[in-house]
This record gives sequence, C-alpha cells and structure tokens, in this order.
Amino acid sequence: MTALRRVTPQLLTLAALVALITLFFPDFLRIEVINGRLVGTTMDILKRGAPIGLLAVGMTLVIATRGIDLSVGTTMAITGAIAAWSITQGYGLGGALALALLAGVAAGLWNGMLVAIFGIQPIVATLILMTSGRGIAQLVTEGRILTFSHDGMAFFGSGDLMGIPAPALLWLLTAAGVAFLMRRSALGMLIEAVGVNRAASALAGVNATVLLIAVYVASGLCAALAGIVATADIRGADANNAGLWLELDAILAVVIGGNSLMGGRFSIAASLLGALIIQTIDTGILLAGFPSEYNLVIKAGLVLIILVLQSPNLSQHWHRLRRAAQRRREIAVASMKETGQ
Amino acid sequence: MNPRLFPLAATIGIFLLACLICVIQFPYMLSTRVVGNLLTDNAYLGIVAVGMTVVILSGGIDLSVGSVIAFSGVFIAVMLRDTGLHPIIVFALLLVVSTSFGAGMGWLIHALAMPPFIVTLAGMFLARGAAYMLTIDSVPINHVFYDLLDDAYVLMPGKGRLTLIGVVMLLTVAVGMIVTHRTRFGASVFALGGGEAAARLMGVKVGRTTVLIYAFSGLMAGLSGIVFSVYTSSGYPLATVGTELTAIAAVVIGGTLLTGGAGFVFGTLIGVLTMGLIQTYIVFDGSLSSWWTKIIIGLLLLAFILLQKGLLRVTVSKAGA
Repeated sequence: MTALRRVTPQLLTLAALVALITLFFPDFLRIEVINGRLVGTTMDILKRGAPIGLLAVGMTLVIATRGIDLSVGTTMAITGAIAAWSITQGYGLGGALALALLAGVAAGLWNGMLVAIFGIQPIVATLILMTSGRGIAQLVTEGRILTFSHDGMAFFGSGDLMGIPAPALLWLLTAAGVAFLMRRSALGMLIEAVGVNRAASALAGVNATVLLIAVYVASGLCAALAGIVATADIRGADANNAGLWLELDAILAVVIGGNSLMGGRFSIAASLLGALIIQTIDTGILLAGFPSEYNLVIKAGLVLIILVLQSPNLSQHWHRLRRAAQRRREIAVASMKETGQ
Repeated sequence: MNPRLFPLAATIGIFLLACLICVIQFPYMLSTRVVGNLLTDNAYLGIVAVGMTVVILSGGIDLSVGSVIAFSGVFIAVMLRDTGLHPIIVFALLLVVSTSFGAGMGWLIHALAMPPFIVTLAGMFLARGAAYMLTIDSVPINHVFYDLLDDAYVLMPGKGRLTLIGVVMLLTVAVGMIVTHRTRFGASVFALGGGEAAARLMGVKVGRTTVLIYAFSGLMAGLSGIVFSVYTSSGYPLATVGTELTAIAAVVIGGTLLTGGAGFVFGTLIGVLTMGLIQTYIVFDGSLSSWWTKIIIGLLLLAFILLQKGLLRVTVSKAGA
C-alpha cells in the first residue's frame, strides 16, 4: 500500500500523458495480435524504452548512494561495439554476450574504483569514461559502423517471446530481478544507508567501499544489456551514436521517478515509470503529429512542469498549507467542544 | 609557494611540457601561424569555458551552454536572413535573450531548490529545441559586416594571423579574471562554492548571486555563439553538441575543483589551449586517428583529478599537523 502511494505521482503523470496523447491520436491504447505477437503503440513504447529503462535501473542504485553515472551512454557504445566485433570474429552468441557483459563489468569496476577508493566525485569520475569511452568504442570498430547478420543476436533487438518483444521482456525482468534482490534482502537498505551518510554507515559496519563499487558495476552491467539491445536492434555497432545522451535521459527518468539526487531512499519501480514517461513523451509527440522540430521544446516543457510539480520547495509549501488547515480544523473542533460544554 | 597555486602551476607546467614535446617532434609547430590558429579555432570554447568556470566555482554546473551556442548561431543566421537588422543589433538582441535564459535557469535553481544538473539539463533540451524550431537546415550568413569581421586580423611576424575572434577570447578571459578574482560578485561566487549555508551566514545574497552566476554563463554562451557564427559563417542547430562537456573538461584540466570554491579563470584558458594543442598535434602527426583525441583528453582529465586529490591530501595533512 505504501509502495503504491510512493509511485502515485508518477502513475498520475503517466495517465495524464496517455490521456493527452489519446486525445490527439485515438488509437494509442489499441493492441492487436498479428502473427502471434502483440502489436500496438504501447508495445512499441515498451520495446523502444528498453535501453533507457535498463539504464534507469542501474542509475537508480548509483543515485541512491548519492552518486551519478555519466558514462552509461558510452558504456553502451563500447559494449555494443564489442558484441558486434565478437560476432563478426566468429565467437558466437555466447562469446559475444559474455564479452559485452564483461566489458560492462570492467567499466563499472573502473568507475567504482575511482569513486570508492580514490574518493573522486562521481560526476567527475564518470566524466572521464564518458569523454574517452567513445574513443575506445571507435578503437574497437576502427571508426566504421560494424554490421553483422546473426539471428541469435538480432533476437535481443527485434525478437519476441510469447508475443512480447524481447527488449521489453529483458528490461522488465532485469528490473523485477534487481528490485526483488534489493527489497527481499538487506542490500537496498544498506545502499540507502551509504547514500545518506557514508561515514556513519561505515562506522555501523557497512562495507561502504565494496558496496559503492558493486553499485557502479551493476550500472555498468545494465549499460551492457542496453548496449546489446541497441546493437541487436540495428544489427550493427555505431560507436558515435549508440546511447548518445541516453545517460541524461536515464538520470531524468530517475529524477522524474521522485528519487533524490542527494541519495537515500530509492524506488526502482518509480524510476521505471519515469523511463516510461520519457519514452511516452518521445513517442507521443511523434504520434500526435507535431513536426519533429518541436520534439525537444515540448519535451523540455513537459519535463520542467513535472519537475516543478515535484520540487521540494513546492511540496514543503503544500505540506505547510495542509498542516495549517489541519490545525485550523482541530482548533475549530476544540472550540466547538468547548461551546458544547 | 601558496599551496592553492599548485594546481595552476601544474596545469601551466604540463602545458609547457606538451608544447616542448610538440616542438621537438615537429619544429614547424613553433610558428605564429600555429599559435594564431590555436587561438582562432578554440575562441568559442575559451569564451564559454570562462562562464563555465564561474558556474563550477560556485559549486554548480551548466549543461545548457552547447545548445545555447547552437541556438545563438541559428538565431543570428535566421534574423540576418529574414530581417534587415544590422548584425550589431542582432548581437545585442541575442545577448539579451541568452543572458535572460541563463538568469531564468538560475532563478529556477534557487527558487525551486532543484539541482543545477537537472535544471540546466532541461535548459539544454529547451535551447536545442528552440534552435530546431527556428530552422532544421544549416543557414549560411552572407553579410558585408560578417566579411569585415572575418577579415579582421593582425598579421604577426611570421605571417601568423591574430584574428578578431581570438582577441575577443583573450579579452573575455581577462574580463573573467577581473570579475572572479577582483569583485564582490566573484567573492560571493567563491563563498557559495565553499558552502551555501556558510555563505548565507557571511551575508552573501544567495538568490541574487545564483541568478547572476547563471546569467553570466548565459551571456558567455551567447558571446561564444556570436564568435562561433563568425568562425563558421553559418548557423546550424546540430552544431556544438557536447561542447558543455568539453568546456567542463577544460575547466577541470585548468585546475578548478569541480566541488567548487577553488580555481582560476586563467587556468581554464590553459586547459582550453592544452586540449587545442592535442588536436593540433594529431593533425600534425597525420597517422593518429581522431578518436585518440578523446582517449588522451580522458587520460589527461584523470591525471589532473588524481593530481588535485594528492595535493588536497598534502595541504589537508599540513593544516592538520
């Protein structure tokens, strides 16, 4: 029940967006079954939202520790390039996936080490990989767009299981798995403890250093999955454009999900709703028939409105108003009792 | 030596070392032509990095500047194409727009108590989107005044060209140095970077200063946009994508702490020139691929950050002893 109340603002925002888009585009919510697979705009949003959804899962954990991971977009490019390269080199599907995930872990270890051991601010530490990562990806692809034809790999981009697109399934399962792990064990609480006060949590016996590194590794792994999806989707690795600026969308998703950039309590479900909100805005603007030049301005406008509504100052005012109203009511009740006596 | 000067000294030292390596390998790099081009090619970056330095000194960040530069170029090109206004009037209009845009973001950051990262991220989308709305094509600028600006240069000995935009960049850095290190506003910026609560207790008007900081960054981004439009003679909404990150990298390489409260505008100029030098080296070498630039800049960033960390530890332990 409390979990539902936590995500109510995000659910309301999503519902409002869907209602708004349905006004412009009545067929928005229709889902058909064609050749045994579900087809419809909502399915498309679930599928297209896979990279940002996957990134948002890892980013939520990082932000919960009061960190930020700017490198996930470039990690996507690196892992995508490695996956495509391994396929063209004939390592097979298993080898390609293993190498790509390994690269994601390596990226996460690098970031985590800089943050947890060297004590560099997360934004700077991950900026290093962000600026140099595309160079590394280009080193792998040798500056070309590396294409491949491999049905097993392409499954992760365009395949489907029981009628549901594979990318959508992948991010939903990943998110459910991580959320389960966080909330059914003490991990989630320990991460929140590190985010609230690293020194205090370390004194309380939490191994903050290992936990911090693990969180960045998780983010790197999520980025690797997103990179595999993106590469499989276009059946090629584009070192320049894969995951470009997706880290910003992922951070935005986490913030729209109501998670504080100052760390502490987090909700993966809320972040995913944030990711869905962003993807719905993107798809909805196109569907509603606005000229594509207007996309960014409309997106910026909507994001600003959502952020202003969620701003801490505004909610403080709101709580103050409510408390004042409650106090007035109590006084009124009390005075009524007095007069009654 | 004052330990606070160590990062700046390290920055200058590494820049001189890089120059030396370049000159030993390619003696022709030591010419006023290369120096002139270095200033001209990095003029827009240097200007926007001055604004970024002030923002970072205050403990904030401004992700919108790359988009604002692109918007400025498009705004100028479209205004010159569609109206009969003189470029100088268009420039003035643009600077008003970009400064108020920055001020608006500063106000939002202060009034809503939202992180600068998120507010300027929305600003980044907004400015880029506004540029798209004006045009989605590359719009050429054909104006007599622009030809005049393009041809404005001083011939240095050795036939190097000290262009107008290069001089504008150097002047901006000088003004930035005075504003940050010699004015009350600059002192407030440093105080804010040291800690908002402490700054407020010191009597710094936090709200006003925050608005001014982002307005200054917007002004610099607008000026940088003007310089960029002179440099390319066109306006293109997809231009200068990611410039904000290059500018942040230049500021960090220049020895400014990203946590705010410590740094130098002059260091930023050296940071910009160091990055320009790497690019020039790669052009001179000819066999290195352009992606090595990104990797080397990343490694440089790492080296500088580790250096700063080490210095910080040394100064802290000294203070403790």
